[in-house]
Amino acid sequence: MSDINELSAVALGRKIKEKEVSVKEALDACFAAIDKKDEEVHAYITVDKDAAYKRAEDVQKKIDAGELKSPLAGVPAAIKDNMCTKDLKTTCASKILYNFVPTFTATAVENLENAGSIVLGKTNMDEFAMGSTTETSAFGVTRNPRNTAHVPGGSSGGSAAAVAADECAFALGSDTGGSIRQPAGYCGVVGMKPTYGTVSRYGLVAYGSSLDQIGPLAKSTEDIAVILEAIASHDKKDSTSLDRKDTDFTSALKEDVKGMKIGLPRDYFGDGLDPEVAAAVKKAAEDLKAAGAEVEEFDLKLVKYAIPAYYTIADAEASSNLERFDGIKYGYRTDNFTDLHDLYKKTRSEGFGPEVQRRIMLGSFVLSSGYYDAYYLKALKVKALIKQAFDEAFAKYDFILGPVAPTTAPELGKSLSDPMKMYLGDIYTISVNLAGLPGICLPCGKDKTGLPIGLQLIGDCFKEKTLIQAAYTYEKIRGTV
Amino acid sequence: MSKEYETVIGLEVHVELATKTKIFCGCSTAFGGAPNTHTCPVCTGMPGSLPVLNKQVVEYAMAVGLATNCEITRHCKFDRKNYFYPDNPQNYQISQLYLPICRNGYVEIETGKLSVNEKNAGKTESGEVKRKRVGIHEIHMEEDAGKLIHDEWGDCSLVDYNRSGVPLIEIVSEPDMRSAEEVIAYLEKLRMFVQYLGASDCKLEEGSMRADVNLSVREVGSEKFGTRTEMKNLNSFTSIQHAIAGERERQIDILESGGTVIQETRRWDDTKSESYAMRSKEDAQDYRYFPDPDLIPIDISDEWIEKVKASAPEFRPEKMERYKTEYGIPDYDIELITATKKTADIFEEATKLCGQPKKVSNWLMVETMRLLKEKNMDAEDIVFSPAHLADLINLVDKKVINNNTAKQVFEVMFENDTDPVKYVEENGLKQENDTGAIKGICEQVIADNPASVADYKGGKQKAIGFLVGQVMKQAKGKADPGTVNQLLKELLDQA
Repeated sequence: MSDINELSAVALGRKIKEKEVSVKEALDACFAAIDKKDEEVHAYITVDKDAAYKRAEDVQKKIDAGELKSPLAGVPAAIKDNMCTKDLKTTCASKILYNFVPTFTATAVENLENAGSIVLGKTNMDEFAMGSTTETSAFGVTRNPRNTAHVPGGSSGGSAAAVAADECAFALGSDTGGSIRQPAGYCGVVGMKPTYGTVSRYGLVAYGSSLDQIGPLAKSTEDIAVILEAIASHDKKDSTSLDRKDTDFTSALKEDVKGMKIGLPRDYFGDGLDPEVAAAVKKAAEDLKAAGAEVEEFDLKLVKYAIPAYYTIADAEASSNLERFDGIKYGYRTDNFTDLHDLYKKTRSEGFGPEVQRRIMLGSFVLSSGYYDAYYLKALKVKALIKQAFDEAFAKYDFILGPVAPTTAPELGKSLSDPMKMYLGDIYTISVNLAGLPGICLPCGKDKTGLPIGLQLIGDCFKEKTLIQAAYTYEKIRGTV
Repeated sequence: MSKEYETVIGLEVHVELATKTKIFCGCSTAFGGAPNTHTCPVCTGMPGSLPVLNKQVVEYAMAVGLATNCEITRHCKFDRKNYFYPDNPQNYQISQLYLPICRNGYVEIETGKLSVNEKNAGKTESGEVKRKRVGIHEIHMEEDAGKLIHDEWGDCSLVDYNRSGVPLIEIVSEPDMRSAEEVIAYLEKLRMFVQYLGASDCKLEEGSMRADVNLSVREVGSEKFGTRTEMKNLNSFTSIQHAIAGERERQIDILESGGTVIQETRRWDDTKSESYAMRSKEDAQDYRYFPDPDLIPIDISDEWIEKVKASAPEFRPEKMERYKTEYGIPDYDIELITATKKTADIFEEATKLCGQPKKVSNWLMVETMRLLKEKNMDAEDIVFSPAHLADLINLVDKKVINNNTAKQVFEVMFENDTDPVKYVEENGLKQENDTGAIKGICEQVIADNPASVADYKGGKQKAIGFLVGQVMKQAKGKADPGTVNQLLKELLDQA
């Protein structure tokens, strides 16, 4: 038997239910892994052992009394540090929120807790989820557990690393332009971004509100289905939350892709794609074909317009969303200031890191008078056209298959110096957010240095089950990576 | 002044809506809580919080738009207006710029009419009544900000977010008004609509209705508008009148001396009766408006509009017509009573209870108006209940108290809605209806005042007034003057 902390969430949940493992033992195993590895990996910003053990007692009692029957009862989870947790520091990996303790818990986390899951702590991320490497965190970088000279990806790099290092059973991340799928790919775990509106954003500190979605990072597709089923809810506190009746995602855990039509967008296999990555992804397509799916190449239009449209919209929304961090009500405040204007200026200049400041500037610019139509409105039009291009594709295909990123995880310290290059790395994930679609990323091999390669499946709105079924089937074919 | 100038005025009127909860969260909108007690993560701009629209706000905005002949925008959105200030917890205000809920309406105003007070003072209609349409450019919904409290001793400012997120509508007129009189007529008409709809109490002094005046001047006959200024901090009709006169004069002075008017926002100082510049167009902020991604667009169906239309109350013209036929009270009374929804409501309710429309109307027109004026209050501030007014009228009718006592009781009731029946009981104000006892007092008074008796008998009818007064005095006001008069006459004529 593998160590407790190495078990998948579902396997651990089953052992807890069957009294083979106590909730306390599950925590012990995860905290031992954290104590052993996290000094190097640095997946967590905050770990709260006392609160976790206290909750474990309560959860164990409820399990014993038969009151908690969820497959996640007693299963320890890590939460990205941009989701509010009552009485537990929530920093967004920013100096400006270095001491912020929320008064309420995000709906998605609350849903997890209602299912009996136990929060171990809060994971590292790119500051305010702005970045693709977790190197923009104000509290230090996270290292990729598969090779600690490399980044874990981002922005949910801490969550992906915590899962990959077995420092938790599973984690929650958020995905605005690929921030769950890309780090899942880099760290060799499974990550899913659901259809926009499936998981409540209440309590998620906003980056690009119209693109942000919370989703799970885990060790298997089965775990993903179980977690997503637990966190998805129609939340009256989030006006963009959807009332879906089809969130029984575990019903899609079937080994069957016969007759499924899979589209491979040529644009996703063009210049800039690492040949090793291309080969592994195409091999996965072949495997699915061998299992009875139909595979066809096609042209997904407008791919190259996704990046400028995304950075225009996300940064515009971010420039406004981040205005509330001003040193008045909570968080960091500069020590010396002469007047109100000076207080704002210094607090924000000292509190935000360079990438966040760059995006606030860009976002403010595209919304400013005289430029709004040329940039922001045009980006919204591009967004609509991209959605249309996907609609056309999904008229023909059940889902789209491609890589999650052009390369495997880059080395630490190689990305931030060239932001344009870093932005281009998001090319395969970003349009999914612009169109509000679900996407899943799972490992499909390793490069010659042993770094994981991520396979991305993209579905039409509300087609999570198709993706889960295909990923589940592929996992069985693939076996252990 | 060598040239003749015309004043061009447009108004931006903010009205605080009377919803129980805030526009984007469930916090109470009630006035007067301890600082930051009517707050939650949403209205204090906590990270991760999200706004959820209060449907009642949309319905009030629609109702005001329909009453002012506006088109309702079927697909409307909220936008963020970005600016940094500590009273604004998110540093953006959720408002509407691109697709406001109501557009292209108008209000009919009448000018040249005498006010009720002027009529009371004996003035007669002289000039002809002029009717005019004032265009409404748009009505949009938005949230109010919190309140900064500057601590003069502590060298700091404190912020209270109780008002943060209180719903407002802003009614933006076209620049169609030409005088303070038209402005007042327009505001009174708006206020009447909004109050009748129950959408707000519209108290200028308390800020639940606030008017910003956009004003420019131009030579009579000129087609082109002059440069306008925006005047803020106008807390009463009087200050609006003064500010309009003052700003017109200031702009004309500038033009006459060869200068140019600067487009700017000015703040009216009511105590000094002058204004000063707050900010000019040059340092006007770029608000970087864009659609709020946290709120979904509002789609307004025909059914919804019909529902709001159907629930619209009876407005003043229909009410006045109905009062004529249903209650048969004079036009003069009707005009006065329906001037505010509050007095109209009291009238109808009290009449229903006591069945005496004219008496209710008298109480409202005479004593109520007198006390409102004396205490510098609005009709909206009235606290006494229609039921207690009806009780008071019944007390007089049943001769439990006389009219003079009723007036005293009314003053107490006006203060704090005291129950008149209890009050009369507890303070021993019941009039003496025991004719035997009063007769005894009358006999005594006649015996004590032979001179007056002689006067009366000598033909001086007036002398009886003195005797009545004496009896009332001895009866401590609790006798019915009519009965006393009757008794005295009988006794004197017998003797």
